[in-house]
Amino acid sequence: MPKVTIDGIEIEVPKGTTILQAARMIGPEVAPPTMCYYSKLKTSGGYCRTCIVKVTKGSAQNPNPMPKPVASCRTEVMDGMEVQNVTSPEIVEARKGVVEFLLINHPLDCPVCDQAGECKLQDLGYEHGSVKTRYEFKRREYDMIDIGDKIKLHMNRCILCYRCVKTCEQLTDGRVHGVVHRGDAAEISTYIEKAINNDFSGNVIDVCPVGALTDRTFRFKSRVWFTKPVDAHRKCDKCCGKTRVWLKGEEVLRVTARKDQWDEVEDFICNSCRYDHKKKSDWTIEGPSPISRQSVISQNHYEHLNELKVQALKQQKALGFMDINKRP
Amino acid sequence: MGRKLLIHNDKVPGIHTLEVYRAHGGYASVEKALKTMTPDQVTDEVKKSGLRGRGGAGFPTGLKWSFLAKPEGVPRYLVCNADESEPGTFKDRYLMEKIPHALIEGMITSSYALGANTSYIYIRGEYFYVSRILEQAIREAYAAGWLGKNILGTNYSLDLSVQVGGGAYICGEETALLESLEGKRGNPRIKPPFPAVAGLWGCPTVVNNVETIAAVCPIVMMGGEEYAKIGIGKSTGTKLISASGHINKPGVYEIELGVPVEEFIYSEEYCGGIRNGKKLKAVVAGGSSVPILPTELILKTAKGEPRLMTYESLADGGFQTGTMLGSGGFIVMDEDTSIVKNLFTFSRFYHHESCGQCSPCREGTGWMEKILKKFLNGTATEADVDLLWDIQSKIEGKTICPLGEAAAWPVAAAIRHFKHEFLEIARNKKFNDVSHYERLKKKTVA
Repeated sequence: MPKVTIDGIEIEVPKGTTILQAARMIGPEVAPPTMCYYSKLKTSGGYCRTCIVKVTKGSAQNPNPMPKPVASCRTEVMDGMEVQNVTSPEIVEARKGVVEFLLINHPLDCPVCDQAGECKLQDLGYEHGSVKTRYEFKRREYDMIDIGDKIKLHMNRCILCYRCVKTCEQLTDGRVHGVVHRGDAAEISTYIEKAINNDFSGNVIDVCPVGALTDRTFRFKSRVWFTKPVDAHRKCDKCCGKTRVWLKGEEVLRVTARKDQWDEVEDFICNSCRYDHKKKSDWTIEGPSPISRQSVISQNHYEHLNELKVQALKQQKALGFMDINKRP
Repeated sequence: MGRKLLIHNDKVPGIHTLEVYRAHGGYASVEKALKTMTPDQVTDEVKKSGLRGRGGAGFPTGLKWSFLAKPEGVPRYLVCNADESEPGTFKDRYLMEKIPHALIEGMITSSYALGANTSYIYIRGEYFYVSRILEQAIREAYAAGWLGKNILGTNYSLDLSVQVGGGAYICGEETALLESLEGKRGNPRIKPPFPAVAGLWGCPTVVNNVETIAAVCPIVMMGGEEYAKIGIGKSTGTKLISASGHINKPGVYEIELGVPVEEFIYSEEYCGGIRNGKKLKAVVAGGSSVPILPTELILKTAKGEPRLMTYESLADGGFQTGTMLGSGGFIVMDEDTSIVKNLFTFSRFYHHESCGQCSPCREGTGWMEKILKKFLNGTATEADVDLLWDIQSKIEGKTICPLGEAAAWPVAAAIRHFKHEFLEIARNKKFNDVSHYERLKKKTVA
């Protein structure tokens, strides 16, 4: 099994693993951010360039460094490979550049965007973006398109990650959805605004890293951080039936697929589960969904509270603080 | 007078027909290769010749051929890249238009060497009339038995067809070309795998430039070692140069690699000097994407040696003081040319031709064009020069295919060597254009 060193941490991974997957095995500290790569979709990745890393040693046999930064999501590891991600100032700078490029034509309409709070571009911009834009020209504009009665396409926000195209190609049959035009005029479109009409079309909403594809049944209903995500399931003959139900009080505002640590869908769900079961009684609720502590969505959820307390205590002890629970 | 191997008989009347071409020694290399040589021997001759890819990158052709995977029972393909779209380059068009059979002959010989039984010529959409010439020539070749089953009575068969593209610069990138040939959107693929392993329809494929393939015929005829004697060092053979710009005799010239740049610009045999007795200002030596060089650096290297038309000499000094031979699109600019305006034209082109697949190129090319437009409007500031530099540095090397670099290099070079022009516009808040078109306008008004 090849051994690879990422940011000074060595790990042994199965043959055929990409640098990104190896980095994810080590942990979120060294895992490069991704906007277009999706582990559940074949041939995805390579487009957004946020996951670029520097290969300082190609392999044990050929120790030469690679001349250019490579997309970690599409480059397989070799035995003895050495990779720099956050430890390379060059890469950090290059990533800043990529984020700037992604943002120059993005409308930054987060205050009215349904994706706000669970948007990958927001996270990326927060981590790598600059405070002020250097772009002083008019941003690209498109008209909003309704793809069927359930999905809204807001092309202004799109970063052309191709995830939805791959989803449509790989989950459903009949190619009705793709990219038209080229360069910075490229846009996602359906065949003359034809509706995407199949049982799994709703998944394009889940894979979209930004607010370009949103759920029309949830549009402007609530900010995501005012809703409470719970894992739930029902018996479904089309899909696994395991979903995440977003509650506000007793009301089901929307249903999405469950996402893992990397914000990727665990199992794709069908449109029936997504759109037609908006009553709490339709679902068997398993419990609160695990949400990252950093996420604004976890603001309303205290399931990690005990864990948090323990962590805080540990930190305080380490720093030599007084234990507030044992006041004299 | 240098030796000519590719376009030596381009002025012969009727050379585009098989009859006349054959009478002037055409298809001799096919006869020689198929009847007296094995495919490996042909490849060896090409290796010995030191022939380097004429499309721009200058990768040794023999080496490229030897990388071709040869699994059992899987077809192999040879694809000719005739999607010549680099601004300033028009050598392939000239060759295909005048002597179409030279390309077809090269295709047969090369396909034989590679063991390909189906080959394609992918030609750009704008060259539709050239595609007709080629198709006519292919029909003649089929009728005469040079193509089809059992060529010359041997057991080697080859089918050759022309595919017209939609007219996109990006389809000149080999993997985008293959995607387009498969009938898909012409987006470059992510490498690896390289086409030599998984190319057209997942089969091993070699993609070569028109001129490279045409050069295989003289190599087979004269032998690789003899061919390698032409030229200097690792730049062997002859090269077609498309000379354009403010020179007395623009056109396609075949040179022996190693001609001094000064001789190429000023001698009567080639460009014939700068038009209207003006002074030379700058040269783009290898098509619009290679770095522009000012007079003092194009005629002599930074070390003071005369610069020669070879891959090595033009690249001497790296990008700080050197450039590249590229595809041989030699654009000459006289003293009245505005480098800023010229750069705007190039940037507009790359913006228009970006495929939109990866973000730095998709967004960055448009951004650079908009900033350069500000210079032409006279609204740019000095900070915009630094911004341009920063943008190009963030595109270069971060993209899937070399279009990112092709868009970034001209910007970098223009700022590196002609920063004062940008600053002058920024300080004066005015763009004084005395370029070619303006002068032309004045002339017509007077």
